[in-house]
Amino acid sequence: MNHEDHDHAHDRHAPIEDREELSYYEKRTWAIQALLVEKGVLTADEIRRQLEMADSRTPADGAKAVARAWVDPAFKARLLHDAKAAVAELGFDSGEAPVLVAVENTPKLHNVVVCTLCSCYPRALLGLPPDWYKSLSYRSRAVVDPRGVLKEFGLELEPDVEVRVYDSSADMRYLVIPERPPGTEHMSEAELASLVTRDSMIGVAKARAPEQQADLKAAAPA
Amino acid sequence: MAAKFQPGDKVRIRMGSPPGHFRTPAYVQGKTGVVEALHGAFPNPESLAHGGDGLPKQFLYLVRFDQTHVWPQYPANLEDKLLIDIYEHWLEPA
Repeated sequence: MNHEDHDHAHDRHAPIEDREELSYYEKRTWAIQALLVEKGVLTADEIRRQLEMADSRTPADGAKAVARAWVDPAFKARLLHDAKAAVAELGFDSGEAPVLVAVENTPKLHNVVVCTLCSCYPRALLGLPPDWYKSLSYRSRAVVDPRGVLKEFGLELEPDVEVRVYDSSADMRYLVIPERPPGTEHMSEAELASLVTRDSMIGVAKARAPEQQADLKAAAPA
Repeated sequence: MAAKFQPGDKVRIRMGSPPGHFRTPAYVQGKTGVVEALHGAFPNPESLAHGGDGLPKQFLYLVRFDQTHVWPQYPANLEDKLLIDIYEHWLEPA
């Protein structure tokens, strides 16, 4: 259609309605859901509640676990030994995966997590994965060219820093403990947790520096 | 049932693409790595994915590879590593 042929104003937003055609997998998901409800295996409300719970998860629990590890070396040792048990001490549920593994970044070692086969992710501690984590581009490139990918995220690492990519494609889930930023010695555990971002626990960024945190506060609407 | 491999052992990832579901990415098949850790034994996902019971359980290992070995074009001066979880039936001694 020629642009000049119609005279109504264009709505710059995408239409707020369903696409007409469901994809194959969407149709299959709906069919399985309808069958489960019809056979009495699950109720529609149970499915809704589960989705609501999944959507409401945030990276807050993961951030609190990292902040505790920064201030308590004994806890950090337990987190590195058995992360599932360690986060349970804090009252956090690490989800359905049988094993949670925490890996620690240091000045000479940088860990980053990807799932090349799908989108395995410690959802219970970090919430739903960001879209880019599930993208084919990240999943394929993070293993082949991790330094190039990190650079696109704004993180340039020196050649003498060893980069370790964890491809979490089986029963394990991985959580990165980012380095504690310098200049945070005076901060409380709760303040420290606010520096631990989702991306820093995936390993595509460092934890937020205190001065960046101050910038964010200054920029936030009152 | 005892685990066939221990941390420090050199292993080669088998080649294969069995029909259905498997969790050993093609890019590490045929490559040689070192067992970094033994995670334990877990139901076999290749059976679970098709309504099976996942038994016998399979030992699951964290295997470490040199990036320069996995990707010929990887910059040779870097010590970077790739770590990936692989089930025992995909491993052979190297």
